[in-house]
Amino acid sequence: MMNAARASSGNRQSIVTGVILIGLAILFALLLAPDATGDATFRLSTPRDRWIIDPLVVPSGPVIYVIATILAFLGARQFLRGGARWALMSLGIGLAFAVAAFLVWATADKAFSLTGMLQATMVRAVPIALGALAGVLSERVAVVNIAIEGMLLAGAFTGALVGSLAGGIGGLAAAIAVGGLFGFILAALVVTYRMDQIIAGVVINLFVLGLTSYVSSQVFSEYRHLNNAPVFRSIKIPILGDIPVIGPMLFNQNVFVYGALVMVAVSTYYLFHTRHGLRARAVGEHPRAADTLGINVYRTRYINVTLAGMVAGFGGAWFTLGSVGRFDEGMTGGRGFIGLAAMIFGRWHPVGALAAALVFGFADSLQQKLALLQTPIPSEFLAMAPYIVTIIVVAGLVGRARAPAADGKPYVKE
Amino acid sequence: MQNLLQGKALGRTEVEDLVVVPLFAVVMALILGAVTMLATNIDIATIGRSYVALLEGSVGSLNAVSETLTAAAPLILAGLGLALGFRAGLFNIGAEGQIVMGGLAAVVTGFTFDYLPGIVLLPLSLFAGALVGALYASIAGYLRAATGAHEVISTIMLNLISYRLLDYFLSLPYVQQTGRADPISKSVPEAAELPRLLTAIDPNLRVHAGIFLVLIMVGLVYWLLFRSKLGFEFRASGENPKAARFAGMHSGIIIVAAMAAAGALAGLAGANQVLGVLGRATPGFSAGLGFDAIAVALLGRSHPVGVVFAGLLFGALEAGGRQMQVDAGVSIDLIGIIQALIIVFIAAPLLVRAIFPWGFRRKKGGAS
Repeated sequence: MMNAARASSGNRQSIVTGVILIGLAILFALLLAPDATGDATFRLSTPRDRWIIDPLVVPSGPVIYVIATILAFLGARQFLRGGARWALMSLGIGLAFAVAAFLVWATADKAFSLTGMLQATMVRAVPIALGALAGVLSERVAVVNIAIEGMLLAGAFTGALVGSLAGGIGGLAAAIAVGGLFGFILAALVVTYRMDQIIAGVVINLFVLGLTSYVSSQVFSEYRHLNNAPVFRSIKIPILGDIPVIGPMLFNQNVFVYGALVMVAVSTYYLFHTRHGLRARAVGEHPRAADTLGINVYRTRYINVTLAGMVAGFGGAWFTLGSVGRFDEGMTGGRGFIGLAAMIFGRWHPVGALAAALVFGFADSLQQKLALLQTPIPSEFLAMAPYIVTIIVVAGLVGRARAPAADGKPYVKE
Repeated sequence: MQNLLQGKALGRTEVEDLVVVPLFAVVMALILGAVTMLATNIDIATIGRSYVALLEGSVGSLNAVSETLTAAAPLILAGLGLALGFRAGLFNIGAEGQIVMGGLAAVVTGFTFDYLPGIVLLPLSLFAGALVGALYASIAGYLRAATGAHEVISTIMLNLISYRLLDYFLSLPYVQQTGRADPISKSVPEAAELPRLLTAIDPNLRVHAGIFLVLIMVGLVYWLLFRSKLGFEFRASGENPKAARFAGMHSGIIIVAAMAAAGALAGLAGANQVLGVLGRATPGFSAGLGFDAIAVALLGRSHPVGVVFAGLLFGALEAGGRQMQVDAGVSIDLIGIIQALIIVFIAAPLLVRAIFPWGFRRKKGGAS
């Protein structure tokens, strides 16, 4: 039954993919291409860069027609024999082309800084990547972590408060500690007190939202100096930072971007190449077997969920210490949940989570830049883009990606 | 989750479960709320005054009771919807978005058909709210049924999308109040408003006919859940999805129906707000009602009658919290902390027992 269901869903997915791609092709050819006149200019460097690259100039109308043709071809292939095998790849390639066509249309007769957008993509991916990483760490030990949003918010708040009093480094350390504290609380609630994991997460979110909003309206409104933290500046890595296009994106960023990249590397190594990581994954897949082999299931869950909280706390500090230095009520705006979607998209793997976060970061920075280009699309709809991408990802990939087997189930030691 | 959501708690007798634990949770949350106030440098006298104001503002006078009922009505309506979803095993966080969309639909219906008499227009506007709420919630239900996308994430995203949609609609010339630059909708005509009930005594009393709507819905949800075939299917697939499927129930249809019913109730809550209290739609008019309603449904043990009491409690906290802010200068956000703590103590029976071991009889065979 399972196989039949999978085959028919694969077939349906193939058809849906084909319809989407052909639909996009028609849309572009009929609506966008006639509308696009003149050249679209993509700037690849800023005047201050060491190596100046000529901007990429393309004729907008013809390029959109070409892309529409490619999309139509990819879509048509879905209806031929064996198309199902390529459904996901075609959809990915097709959507990438679609975004490119869209950008060309929006930039027609204007100029657009590609470097700037890539840099913004990386910056905006950071909290999502760290949230997703926190999700990976706790779901690998089978604790569903809905509380990431709350942990990010707690990190942001602590970063602003302690950062104002003790400087950036102190604020960052405190944010990590408070994130870890909430991770520990989550672990205590779900492991020791066996509270339902989703409810525990929702409660932590509500609690953090209430507490931070309370303090911010009760204390910060009166004592403004408590909410005025220094911001970490970008550090340019010599030579690497001068690489055109990707240099500013990867090597001219603040400590949060570097931290996120390092953490992704470290946690990949931890989960897949160390003894403790193997134990953690065993606890996530089959806690009873792990217990039988002498692994302390409860302790493993405590440690990993606390670590996840620390990662999320660091990610939360990005909102204050990494960007504006000031805390606002509910400033995380659902990034923790987007992080969870990125975790699923990234198939519960740190590197996958980072890649997925970059997609979301791209959607986020794209909507910002498009708002500046003054397209006829209302800004509210552009602002929805990251959320819609999240829904599509969660809907489209569940079933293809496999969660840790014991995910969400409490373990009672016999 | 299933046990808690479906109203059973492990290892407790019924009295403990229905009376002692909620009471304990409220008292404990108030104590921790006081600790929070102490930590933010508020002196004991002010804390005392704020809790007195909390009580006075919720039940201390006719006006206070009226405010409590006004605040409780949307919480109960949305809470009923969430309870329905919980019974069917769906953790719907999307009441907020459904309230926004339902309220918006009710306003637009109200001012579009302003030539109709009230006896037609009011039910029509309420129905529009319920319908749009149901449709909006069904998106998440459909995604869950067709693709397995977890409703927690999709409903949260739909909440965030609903805020943007509201902003967009409020900027449309058709919806926006003529002559206003800020995003405010046209006002609901008087015929579409839920009439206030006690203006004869004092024109400032805000309690309105929405409370009758609440009573009808409580009865309806009770009947639906415990007396109808569909409700049986909801509960069966919530308790044991596999068994329900083998018994020949269509899990996909049940999920979509449960989400739609939950969305209809949340949409009604939104309609209740705009037609009874606000008179128009503004950005953020939902004011977090959908999230408070989650707490209400949990506290009410997903039972319609429990939801009424929980909604009244939260309505009282809300009304009293406003008084507290005025009288003692303590931010109303404190109420959010107290509400979260109440749920923690309700939802973690083992935690309560660890803090308060002598209050509960121990059953044979340990905790669970």
